[in-house]
Formats: sequence, C-alpha cells, structure tokens
Amino acid sequence: MSEAIHIPVLRGGETYASLDRVELASPRDGRVLATISQANAGLIRRDLKRLPERAAALRAVPTRELLAMFKRAGELFLNASLPIDDEGRTQSPDEYVALLSETSGLPHVLCRRNMQKIFTVFDEVDAILRGLTRGMDLSVIDTGFGEHCGVPVAYYPTTEALGVVLPSNSPGVNSIWMPAIALRTPVVLKPGREEPWTPLRIVRAFLAAGVPKEAFHFYPTDHEGAATILGACGRALLFGDEKTTAAYAGKPEINLHGPGRSKIVIGDDVVDAWPDFLEALVASVADNGGRSCINVSTIFVSRHADAIARALAEAVSAIEPTEATDPSARLSAFANPRFAEWIDESIDAGLAAGGARDVTAELRSSPRRVEVAGSMYLRPTILRCDRVDHALARTEFLFPFTSVVEVPQKDMVAALGPTLVLTAITRDKAWIRELAQCRSVDRLNLGPYPTSRAEWDQPHEGNLFEFLYQRRAIQRAPAWD
Amino acid sequence: MAGMQEAIDAAATRLDAHVREIVQWHFSESTGTPFWLARREALGFDPLQDVRTVADLARFPLFDGEVLRTEPHESFVPRAYLGRPFTIFETGGTTGMPKQRIGWEDYKLDYEQFSETLSDASFPRGGYWLMVGPTGPRRLRLAIEHLANHRGSSCYFVDLDPRWVKKLIVARDFDHAKAYMRHVIDQAACILEKRHVSALFTTPKLLEELSERLSIPGAGIRGVFCGGTTMTPQTTRFLVEEVLEGAVDFVPTYGNTLMGLAAHKKSLREDGYSISYYAPQPRALLRVVDFDDVNKTVDYDAWGRVELTTLTREFFMPRFLERDEALRRRPCADYPWDGVGEVRPYGAEAQKIVEGVY
Repeated sequence: MSEAIHIPVLRGGETYASLDRVELASPRDGRVLATISQANAGLIRRDLKRLPERAAALRAVPTRELLAMFKRAGELFLNASLPIDDEGRTQSPDEYVALLSETSGLPHVLCRRNMQKIFTVFDEVDAILRGLTRGMDLSVIDTGFGEHCGVPVAYYPTTEALGVVLPSNSPGVNSIWMPAIALRTPVVLKPGREEPWTPLRIVRAFLAAGVPKEAFHFYPTDHEGAATILGACGRALLFGDEKTTAAYAGKPEINLHGPGRSKIVIGDDVVDAWPDFLEALVASVADNGGRSCINVSTIFVSRHADAIARALAEAVSAIEPTEATDPSARLSAFANPRFAEWIDESIDAGLAAGGARDVTAELRSSPRRVEVAGSMYLRPTILRCDRVDHALARTEFLFPFTSVVEVPQKDMVAALGPTLVLTAITRDKAWIRELAQCRSVDRLNLGPYPTSRAEWDQPHEGNLFEFLYQRRAIQRAPAWD
Repeated sequence: MAGMQEAIDAAATRLDAHVREIVQWHFSESTGTPFWLARREALGFDPLQDVRTVADLARFPLFDGEVLRTEPHESFVPRAYLGRPFTIFETGGTTGMPKQRIGWEDYKLDYEQFSETLSDASFPRGGYWLMVGPTGPRRLRLAIEHLANHRGSSCYFVDLDPRWVKKLIVARDFDHAKAYMRHVIDQAACILEKRHVSALFTTPKLLEELSERLSIPGAGIRGVFCGGTTMTPQTTRFLVEEVLEGAVDFVPTYGNTLMGLAAHKKSLREDGYSISYYAPQPRALLRVVDFDDVNKTVDYDAWGRVELTTLTREFFMPRFLERDEALRRRPCADYPWDGVGEVRPYGAEAQKIVEGVY
C-alpha cells in the first residue's frame, strides 16, 4: 500500500467524501495508511430522518432472498477484492488482513481467524436466526403473522434501524450486528477509530451480494456523532469501557457491551482432577490474543489455586510475542503503546499493594511489557490473588490476563459479579441449579468448554431478534384471511 | 498582482493614519479616556509621540480583559463624550461577572459598514428579518436591528440565553438543554410559518435545528447571516449544501462585543468551505500571533492565537488576546489586509471546549 486509502462515509449506501478527515497511521512506523472521512453529527441526524424509507427498501426483499444474499456475501467477504474507497480502488483479502493487522495489532493469523468467524455468520445465518427465534418460521418476519409451536404469533419491528457504536479491539464483534440485516433492519455503524476495515468490508460484501444499499450507513464520527446514533436509532448496541457505557445504563433501547469479566468456576466435586481441564483454562486465557470480552478474567476454585496458577502460568508464559506475519503468532500488539504502558503500570501498582503475586514473572523470558519488531506487547500474566476483592481480581485487561482466587464453593455465586461468560466445571446438580439462576451471568457453559467458545445458535449479550422485534397479541376470526 | 499590492499598501497607509488619530484621541488631555490617561506615564513610552504606525502598537502590553469586569464605566468615557448617556454591552456566554463595554454609535457604524457587503437579492431592502440567538445585554441584538433598519427592514427576535445553556451543559443536564433548544426553535418556526421573513440571523446549531423543523428556503428565507460558534469546512459545506439546500445565500460572520463584526471572503466553495474572516479595518485589527511568542505574527496558513485591537474614538483596546485560535490568511481583493481562517476556540484540538448547543 503505497498511497493512503480514503475511506468515505456511506449514507444509505451512497459514498460521501467529507471535508473533515482523520488520519489512521501505523503504530509501528507512523505511516499514514488511511484518511477517514468524518461525518458531522448534523449530517447523521439529517440522514436518520430518512430511515423509514430506507427500512422500506430493505423490507421489500423477502427474508429467504436475504439469506441467499448472506451466503454470497460470505464468499465475497472471504475471497473477493471489494471496493474500499469512493474512487474504484479495491481491497483484496490479503490487503485487508495486512491493514487490519497493522492498525489493530492483531497478528495475521488471528485476523484470518476472525475473518473466518465473520464468514461463519454470513454462511450460517439461517442457523443463527433459528437460535434467535427459537426455530420460528422466518416468513413471520416477512408478513408479521404466523404460527409457532401451534400458537398464532405476530411480531412487529421495534425500530427502523439498529445503531452500532463499535470498538477497535476485535473484528469479531461485528458478528453481533450482522444478523440485523437478515432481520430486515438497516444498520447505522460507527466504526472504532483504529478499525474501520472490518465493518466496511462486511458492508461492501453485502452490497456486492445485492442487499439494498439503503440498509447501510457507515459513519466514522466523533463523540457527538456517536451520541446522535445512540439517541436517534430506536435500538442501538454500544461497545465500550465502563466510563463510556455508564451514561447509557438503564436505557432499554441501548444494549451495552462493556467489559466481559468472564469467569471459570471449578466445583469441589471435580477440582482434584484440575489437570484434566487445563487445556480449557489455557484456551480461555489466551484465545484471540486474550483481547475479547469472552476471555476469562478470573478463575475461582476452592482448593489447588497455587498449583492451578502455576500450571497455567507455565503454559501461557511459553507464548512469545512474534512478528505479526508469523503463522504461529498468538499475541496481539497494542495499537496504542501508551495503553500497554498504562496497563503494565496498573498491574505493578496492584501487586505492590500486596495480596497478589505475578506467577508468570519468574517463568517468562522477559519483562511483561516488551517491544518486538517496533510493536509493543504485554506478555501473558497469571496472578494468584489472596482474596476475591483484591483490586486485580475480577479485572479485565486487553491481553491474556487472569487471576486465580481461592473461594469456598458456597460463596462463589455471590462473588461472581457481572459475568459475560461463566464456564462452570462441575457435575454438582444442586450447584448447577444455583448457577443457572444467577442473574449476573449472561452465558453459562457447563463442563470444560473454554469461555471463548461461541455457538451461533446460543446468542449472548441479549437476543438480537427480541431486541429488534416485539411480539404482539393476535386474534383472527375464523376464515378471516 | 500590482493592483493587489497597491490596494494592500493603501490599506496599510490608511491604517497607520487611523492608528495615529485614535491614539492621539485617547491620550490627549482634551479628548482622552481616563483609563488610558491614568496609564500613560507607566507605559514607558509616549503614545502621543511614539505611536506613528500600526507596528508601534506592539509597544503596548497585552490588554488585560479583566479590567472590563472591574473598572468603573466612567474610566472608559472619552472626555469628548462626557455627559452623553452610553449603552452597556456584555460579552456572550460568560457566566459570573461579564466583560462589559460601553458605547454610543460604534455598533451602528460597524453594521452600516458591514451592510455594504450584503447583497440586495439575498437580504432584500424592506424585507423582514428574524434573529434567533443571544439578545439580552449583547451588542448583537441592537446591532442586528440597526442593520435591518439601515436596509429599510424590521426584525423579529427570538431570544436564546447562552449563559443558561452553558450551565446546563456543564451540569450534563442534556435533557433540559434539548428542551430549551426546542423551546427556542418552536418560537422561531412559529414566526417563519406565520410571517413573511426573507433574512435570518442565527447560530450554526440553531440553523441546523431549525432546518429539521422546516425547509429554510421553503419558508421564504433568501439570506442567512450566521455566527457565534465554530464552523469547520465540513460544517460550512453541510450548512450550505444540505441545511440551506443550496438555495440560500450563506453569510458567515465572526465578531463579538469588543470587536464588532468581521466579514467573510465570498468564495466559500472555491476555498473548500474554509472560511476566512476580515476585520473591519481600520476600526478593528486582527492578527494571528504565535502561541508561545505573542509578539510574533505566524506565517500565512499557520495556526496561531487571535489578537484583537479595537481602534475607534469610543473604545481603544490594543492587543487583546481572544479566546480563539485561527489560521492566518492572506489579503484578498475585497479586504486587502490579513484575515483569520477556520476560527475555533483556543485549545480546541487539545481539549473539548463547551461551546453550547446554541
């Protein structure tokens, strides 16, 4: 890539080159890789007034046809050169991976893994919709009426569009909004500052597959623009840290995706066999470079905490930072090196306060924060915390970081706190009942599944269908069609 | 080019003469201003002898705007104006004790001069005007009415209190801020729907809000005169192309109670919607100075702090650092002296500045 790419705004699928642009540079060498048109808030507000007509354009396409377009779009996303700017320039899959890696810090191998994950959403959207609608006949979405499990049902859309304020940390999160298109709901996307590539490529694939352009709004923008999207779309997804999401807490029309604080609990009945589960624990810590909200942040056990922490530390400390193109790479670099510095200092400050030790410190071959090939990395870190209320326990950082804490089984549920994914390794039926009733857990894995394992028919962080459609009571007189 | 250079030289000569006249006026015993006469000795130079050109203004220290909050108004009454009641004007969105400037005829002269820059087609003589924005103790309210009257027109007013808006925003009470905005727009839309208005003065945000309620050209507006907050090139383009539907003359302005009104260079589209403003020389002078060394003017098209010097018989204010930064712009045919471009709050790039919803 010799010349910086210009990434335009998409207004109902139409490209718009703004006079206000920001540069996206390589954190490695400062090269400007792209200039990104910025949409001003007023422009977004004005466009969103046209959502009813734009939703009508998408809803004119039967769901079955949309599903076929998803399949085509998936192939295009994975294999085709797709338009990237407003001047006919295209981007091949390899170029996409190279740019995504350059600006996000993800190694190529993880970029491709995320690409595959997104392809799966394209390719298996019918299974995803079955999961979201619990197997309902999809013609109900087209007509609004139908029957499900022998009961008449009627659904109406809650909104003319789904607003999505995206993060920069992992391209895989785009999989959450994609089914909205199959649910005949236009999307209004604000990409993360360092990651315009994935949502734009997904949109370009949809367009190339024939989905009406009116369904797509792509607005790189500032805080005011993001607030406009969240306020003006009837339903929205907001990804961000606690500070970002706090302002929108309690608003049912905005689905918040903050830190996951995913956890693993191992029951008293099986904890003595903990080495059997080590593989699942390691995957939970290190999959996807440890950057996802579904990576484990804390492991609760009632005994063997020291041994588990040591074994985990031995496994993850072998993960070395490598160049982004290394096919065996498992760690991601930090797009913003200062963020790595801040995390490193925060951990050291927490350790200095006592009550926790870095088990990986004596095992790894270099300090936690290292520079490799011009990029900043944080090496996997396993802590052994003395108490669950330690500042570093139940804390999530953007790299493989987990604390192991000893907690009596009877106290574990109360100690969980907000938990996006809980892997519970136990066969204790009474305790499983207690865990299943815990309101602070979003997704529950029973058995030694990594927290990072997603199944598409099991939506977590809210059911998109129930978010975008509302059921209404319906009665129809006999023979009244 | 020779013609342009001649125009630049002529403007500079005229400015030097005006500087001499105004400094003489404010420092002479017969006409002078108590504020300046009291400070004459401490200046370390004799303004009556030593200030011959605009460059000599650099001998004055930076003007401390705080004195406009603390000094009695009488300190700023030139002896030649003794006994004449004055009008007290206050600065825009300040909370707490505002800066106050007294005046007599300046605002009329400034706006009559500005009127010459307006087109009769867009701001038809005799047509009705509407101002939607800060009225109250601000110079702008009387000035707009005078401008309308000067063009044979009358003006409706809808007030917006920027001090209240600022308080709401600082308190993060966005619901009330939006409700207040709606209240203002309701009143403006009512006037536009019930009366025949051809010219509008308002702020960029209010203009945008108003356009979401009704079509501005559809309401009969032919010219919009707009100022008060930052307009980036993208904002300006959006206002021209979409808010005004490409069918209304857009006249951005930069001004305040202390300066008067700077006009814009009339080539917005050709300039990529980057607005350049030109002070009403010789009555006011704008410079773009180095952030770290305010004695230095920055290069053309470089960013710096805006420095204002006001040079009228009513008010002399040398070297006041505005709370704005801008690009230094080259002289142009209509205004053969330096201009200021893409004005924005000082430090806007480094921190989020509360400019309010107005």
